[in-house]
Parts: sequence; structure tokens; C-alpha cells
Amino acid sequence: MIEMKNVYKKYPNGIVALNGLNIRINQGEFVYIVGPSGAGKSTFIKMMYREEKASSGEIVVNGMNLSNLKNKEVPYLRRQIGVVFQDFKLLPKLTVFENVAFALEVIEEHPEKIRKRVMDVLDLVGLKKKARMFPDELSGGEQQRVSIARSIVNLPKVVIADEPTGNLDPDTSWEIMSLFEEINARGTTIIMATHNREIVNNMRRRVVAIEGGLIVRDERGGDYGYEI
Amino acid sequence: MKFNTLSRHLRESFKSIARNGWMTFASVSAVTVTLLLVGVFMVIMMNLNKVADDLENDVEIKVLIDLQANEKDESNLQDQIKNLPGVESIRYSSKESELSGLVKDFGNDLSLFKQSNPLRNVLYVKASNPQQTAKIAKQIDKMDGTYEALYGKGKIEKLFNVLNTGRNVGIVLIIALLLTAMFLISNTIKITIFARSKEIEIMKLVGATNWFVRIPFLLEGIWLGILGSIIPIIVVTLAYANIHSALAPRLKGEVFELLSVSPFIIEIDALILVMGVIIGMWGSFMSVRKFLKV
Repeated sequence: MIEMKNVYKKYPNGIVALNGLNIRINQGEFVYIVGPSGAGKSTFIKMMYREEKASSGEIVVNGMNLSNLKNKEVPYLRRQIGVVFQDFKLLPKLTVFENVAFALEVIEEHPEKIRKRVMDVLDLVGLKKKARMFPDELSGGEQQRVSIARSIVNLPKVVIADEPTGNLDPDTSWEIMSLFEEINARGTTIIMATHNREIVNNMRRRVVAIEGGLIVRDERGGDYGYEI
Repeated sequence: MKFNTLSRHLRESFKSIARNGWMTFASVSAVTVTLLLVGVFMVIMMNLNKVADDLENDVEIKVLIDLQANEKDESNLQDQIKNLPGVESIRYSSKESELSGLVKDFGNDLSLFKQSNPLRNVLYVKASNPQQTAKIAKQIDKMDGTYEALYGKGKIEKLFNVLNTGRNVGIVLIIALLLTAMFLISNTIKITIFARSKEIEIMKLVGATNWFVRIPFLLEGIWLGILGSIIPIIVVTLAYANIHSALAPRLKGEVFELLSVSPFIIEIDALILVMGVIIGMWGSFMSVRKFLKV
């Protein structure tokens, strides 16, 4: 499903973010990526949808080998992966409906199909009634639900989330987490970088800890493991 | 590309022009100012060029025919000149008609010469390329039956030098102006696109191809170019029509004339429009490029 072998990443400024990392994630898994700031979590996440390129090593996502993926082919990789961001990355001038539909317009879906799919996912995230509202009329949790709706609207096999609850209060974070659980229950792989101890400890899923660009712990049903 | 996608691109490009009101205004103004400059300059340059052409075309060789030459020799000479490469036309003028020309220009006193005409029969020769005049004159000079081939030696060379320099300077200036225009416009468009870099980033992250991102911006660039060329086209057309109707009667009968309004100004208008479109597209293309690297 997703496999990394000896992945090494050095940024142009000399910082080594990943130092020979190995991991294998199977279809349908729910994986938390934990670790201190600057440990390489974000780089690890960005590698999977080729926002960053590995300096060396091999990455395979959905059968596509990213080390020899041409720039032209990157869009087709990204269509198989949904991405959710800490800052939501919604377009402020588009309505909720348009923001979600955007991901399907870009891949040239038929308008009729777009409408149906978008209403389906908005129903799933509980925002069907707010489809015509603009992002700044919504709460933070609702905005994050829009961005989750956008990430799953084209039925990707993997959803990658980089601290999706980072900007949300605890109650709202739990709502978002149960949404991810629901998506995972439908067979979608979820990979989530997080600093939220409470969530990791309560969910008891696979936990991968990254430090100094390497995996220092990988356990199923693990806990967050870091003391504050 | 699917029809739905194309209509989406068109819709997006119109929407973004309306949505980014001030940026649209800034880009359109930049296009307007530069195209106006280029347009005015082109009108001036083309007319100067026309004047230069007219002056050049006025240049001809005056071949004085030997006094000993009889009619047969004269027609021999004419045939020889006709066969020279690069000769456009020959006009024969007898010494009588030469004299009556002088009488017309300088007064009746000269008609005394009618009893014993001191002039020679003359051939007026025009080169198809005026710049070849000197070369052709030299060849004619060597022919039998020629007394002398006059072409304004020295003056002609100077005139041609000035005209050629003028033309080159004009071309360089127009190119420089166009490059400045492109730089100015791509910078303005870059600012408008910078404001939307987040939009481009999201498009790329949800799997849009580069062309899918680019096309609405290219279309927008085209609309900006068209909007920006409206005022220059109106100004240049009206101004030239007025200047032409004021100046043309005064230049009547002179060596040179202005280019007539139609089709010249319509060609200039079309050129302004095409330049606007190209500059707009090019500006968008260059500006989007930077933000596509997500």
C-alpha cells in the first residue's frame, strides 16, 4: 500500500529531515504519527503526496514508485490521496459546496456527478444544510469538516492529515476524530500526524514515533508515549 | 479537453476579472499606457518610413545623351539600359521638351535658346531598388551614346544613410518599448496572481494538472489584453484621422505624403489588439509558472 525504504531527505539549507526511514502501511490501517516538533513528521507526510521529493531511498504509494515519478504524473498520484491540513486550506471566496466540488472539477468530473457526490459527502460530515455558506461563516470544527469532505470526495484510498485538530478545541477535536474513524471504517487508510496525547491514548491504534528523522517506536494499539 | 471544463475555464476567467477589480484595473491600465505609447510611436515610425520611401523613390538617374548619337543609337542605348538588372522604368525626353520645362520653371527669357538649343536629349531612369541607383548610374555612364549619367552623387549616399539609420533606430525603439510593456504587464499580473497563490496551491494539492491551473489565467490575460487595447485603438484612430485630414491637403503635390487613413490605421488597430492579447497571455504564463511548483 504505502512503503518507504531507506528514505533520506536533506533540505537545501542542510537540515536532514529523514535519515534512512523504513515503514510499511497496509490498506485500511489507521496510523498516528507522533514525535516532537522538528522530528520529521511533516516531511514524512509531505513525501507521500510528493510535495517534497526524497533525496534518496524508495517510496511506493498505491503501486506508484515516487522516486521515478515524473512531474507530469504527480497530479494523478494526488487524485488517489486526500489531504487534510491543520489550517484547513479552504478558499474563502467559494461556498462550502464549491470548495468541496473544487476537488472534482479539477479532475474534470461531470457536473451532474459532482453535485451528487458533494451532497453525499456533505451529508456524511453533517454539513448538508450549510452547503451555501462561506467558510468564514462557519466554526473552526465545521471548516475542518469541509476540508475533510473535500479530501474524501473523490474516494481516495488514503487520507493523510497533518495535525487536523491542531487549531481546534477538545470537544470539536473529538467530533473530527469520530469522523475519521467513520471514514476509516469504510476501508480508507488514514495517516495522521498529531500532538494530541488524549486522542492517541484513547483510540489505541497503530502509533509510529519519529525522532531525528527515524522511526524510534512502531506499535499497534500504542499510546502517545511522550511526557509533557 | 471536455466541453464542461472549457466552459468552467471561461467562467472562472470572467469571474476572476470581476472579483479582482482593482488588480484588473491596474493590469488594464498598464496595458493601456504601453499600447498607447507603442501605437503612437508606430504611427509616427510608419509615416516617417513612408516619407523616406517617397524621398527615395523620387531619386532618378538623368542620362545625358551624346550629341553625335542618332535615333538608332538612342534606341540602342534605351534597349541596353532596359536590359540592365534592377531598372524599373525609362522615360525619354527630347531636348525641346527639356527646354520648355526650363522655360516653364525660369521664365520666358530662356525661350531665346529655342533658335539654337544647347541642351541634350535625356533619358530618365528609375531603379526598382533606389539604393541601387549609384551602381546603375555607373554602368550607364560607360555605355556608348551616354555623355554623362547624373544622379546627385554624394547627396544621394548621405540621404540614404540618414534614412537607413532612422529606420533602424525606429525598429530598435519599438522593440525596446514592447519589451518594457511585457515586463510591466507581467509584473502587474504577477501581483494579481500572487494574491491567489493559495488557490493555485490547493488546486495542485487536489490533483489539478498544470494546464488546468494555467488556462483560466491565460484566458484572463487575453481579456486584460483586449480591455487594455480599447482606449489605445480609439485614441490612435481618432487622432490619426484628424491629423491626416489637417495635414494631407497641405502636402498635396509635395514629394512625400502621409499614409492614407484606411487601411493603414485599421492595420495598426489590429496590431495593437494582437499585441495586447499576446502581452496579456505571455504575462500570465510567466507569472503562473512560479506558483505551479507545488
